[in-house]
Amino acid sequence: MKTWSSILAAAAIALASSTAAYAARTDIVVGLPLEPPHLDPTAGAAAAIDEVGYANIFQGLTRIGSKGEVLPDLAESWTISEDGKVYTFKLRTGVKFHDGSEFNADDVKFSLDRARAENSTNAQKALFAQIDTVEVVDPATVKVTLKQPQGAFLYNMGWGDAVIVAPESAETNKDKPVGTGPFKFVNWAKGSSITIEKNADYWGEPVYLDKAEFRIIPDAAAAVPALLSGDVQAFANVGLGDALAQVESDPRFKVVIGSTEGETILSTNNKKPPFDNLKVRQAIAHALNREEIIKGASSGLGTPIGSHFSPGNAAYVDLTGTYPHDVAKAKELMKEAGLEGGFKATLKMPPPAYARDGGQIIASQLKEIGIELELIPVEWADWLKQVFTDKDYDLTIISHVEPNDIGIYARKDYYFQYDNPAFDKVMAELDVTADEAKRNELYGQAQKILADDAVNGFLFQLPKIGVWDAKIEGMWENTPTPAFDLTKVKWVD
Amino acid sequence: MTAFLLKRLLIGLATLLVASMVVFGVMEVLPGDPALLMLGMNASPDALEALRQQMGLNDPVVIRYLHWIGGLAMGDFGRSYTYSSPVIELIGERAAVSLPLALMSLALSTLIAIPVGLYAASRRGRLPDTLAMGTAQIGVAIPNFWFALLLIYVFAVWLRLVPAGGFPGWGAGIWPGIKSLILPAVALALPQAAILARVTRSALLEVLGEDYIRTARAKGMPRRTVLWRHALRNAMIPVLTILGLQFAFLLAGTIIIENVFYLPGLGRLIFQAITQRDLIVVEGVVMLLVATVVVVNLLVDLAYAVVDPRLRVRT
Repeated sequence: MKTWSSILAAAAIALASSTAAYAARTDIVVGLPLEPPHLDPTAGAAAAIDEVGYANIFQGLTRIGSKGEVLPDLAESWTISEDGKVYTFKLRTGVKFHDGSEFNADDVKFSLDRARAENSTNAQKALFAQIDTVEVVDPATVKVTLKQPQGAFLYNMGWGDAVIVAPESAETNKDKPVGTGPFKFVNWAKGSSITIEKNADYWGEPVYLDKAEFRIIPDAAAAVPALLSGDVQAFANVGLGDALAQVESDPRFKVVIGSTEGETILSTNNKKPPFDNLKVRQAIAHALNREEIIKGASSGLGTPIGSHFSPGNAAYVDLTGTYPHDVAKAKELMKEAGLEGGFKATLKMPPPAYARDGGQIIASQLKEIGIELELIPVEWADWLKQVFTDKDYDLTIISHVEPNDIGIYARKDYYFQYDNPAFDKVMAELDVTADEAKRNELYGQAQKILADDAVNGFLFQLPKIGVWDAKIEGMWENTPTPAFDLTKVKWVD
Repeated sequence: MTAFLLKRLLIGLATLLVASMVVFGVMEVLPGDPALLMLGMNASPDALEALRQQMGLNDPVVIRYLHWIGGLAMGDFGRSYTYSSPVIELIGERAAVSLPLALMSLALSTLIAIPVGLYAASRRGRLPDTLAMGTAQIGVAIPNFWFALLLIYVFAVWLRLVPAGGFPGWGAGIWPGIKSLILPAVALALPQAAILARVTRSALLEVLGEDYIRTARAKGMPRRTVLWRHALRNAMIPVLTILGLQFAFLLAGTIIIENVFYLPGLGRLIFQAITQRDLIVVEGVVMLLVATVVVVNLLVDLAYAVVDPRLRVRT
């Protein structure tokens, strides 16, 4: 009798452990094409910082969901005053930072004040520019008063640059990030991998994964064998080039083509003749064949855009038909501009493949209407200096990856050098409008103005090419904000 | 011997000093602002200014150079702009991969090349020679990244004997560490071995034509003994020179292989540091490499003296 029961017990244990082993794979290795320079989202613009840390390690008052919507996060709820200037956030209680210290209103005040301080090195300082005061009402309530109403304030507080950090760890977050998120940082082997693990004291719904490793694989040629050998089980976003078809046809993998916030555009120096002439810009717009460009520069995966706005956004208006591909019309416009003989110009190309490949195609397309482009490949640091800072350029190709960044066209010192009071007026109105429907309408108007003015050559929305093991669920399809959010990721069998 | 060493040491120091000026000067004229790179396109001017101040980029060039070289003299390499950790730590982490990898592939290439070169030379003009040198020719011609990918597909994807890439760190154990370096070491060693085998063969052939070899053979010494004791030793000088050069290359010139196997080595560190304008890291790594080359050359010179007693007298 005794033997039987022990055999049964042993069998039960064996059965239990085997099903457990079968059902519960709880680790993942995610390929990361670019290594973050450090891990503090409040002190750098590199998307890789947010890709690792956003929502996984760090959290803000609000968060941006997988569809770009604003969700409550560390702020449970909020109320907005009649005049739209005072936001009162009700904070979650019982939240702890990874070092065990308590999260409360003081941390919120500290984080917001730090980000907007004079000596702040926050890469998106403009997000906080409208904040006038931050007051701690009680440990669970914070009152933020704005200088003037700002429709996008809640969205802004969802950016990675606005995450809440603790005063004790703020200075060391670059190397040892301490947040409130469902994962905590374990180790960063520089140049190799970043490991995070489940936070047992997490305040919210616990994550499925016990451990996740971001492995840095910069080379596309290395990414494919890494997947095929099973060393890496997921790439949230990876440029595989021609190898994509091979992975796509393999039933072990899921390939999900989503959209990023990256508007890829032929940026044009609007102050430099002859590009200051609307007719010339319209001619270029007519001469561009988006379909060809997308095929050559984005493996045919990008979505065509007609203005500077993400097609995934609710306020998106399809303006790709504003200046359809029409070489005859383009030539006519060149003639009207007095440039039927054509002219010479330069096109500076930063390192990404979309720019280098796209540049070749655009050069041949513009040649058809007499514009001879000299293609100049530049390094990223050079691009920032020559094009972005010194505005020493005619044309360039670049993907603007910041979410919801149409406002850059209202900036007078921005490198497009675009200046249209009608556009500025729409943006100013947008700033003081909180009503969702009204905001969308204004966004539509703004898109239309940019499209009509042919400010830049609007090409395509950069695709997000996600590849992961077919048994993985919960990866983001799009990237409304730079984030490789693993909070809902799990293995299914 | 002491005078020789002292002289070499002084030359080495002078080389380092000149190299430091060149490196610093080049990084100075390189366009690009590290602060702007870190904060990106939406950065506000005052945030940029604050960061520049923090990184000490606002000081005059001469002050920064003196500050840097003074630190170097004290063994302080400074702090990385981007990683914000000490440069020496970064170099240490990367050298823990690059150094074993370089040594492994150097050992491997020597083990392959010397016997092959020796064998080919002793069978000059006959089939084994033609075959060996033909293979070596192919070895020189094959791009090593292509060979690396081939190795990955066969041994990692198909046979699953080793990981496709990456480095688990020595903390994970000696064997997993070595295992992840096997394929890269082979990929690096093959072209090196091909070159080395050719050099060994031609150096040997030259020596084999000398009078003393004929004398040795004439007095009845067996072929094998002549080859090993007299010929090989005398043919070592060009082989050592090539080995010295190869080691310096293997330490940081392996960026392509490091990328294919996504290994966190010195080559990738320096590449990344240049693109991100992490000037202080570039300067530190280059100085370290210059120092390595100086030391390796010194060792090679000493090795010359060991294999060829005549050189001992001359210096």
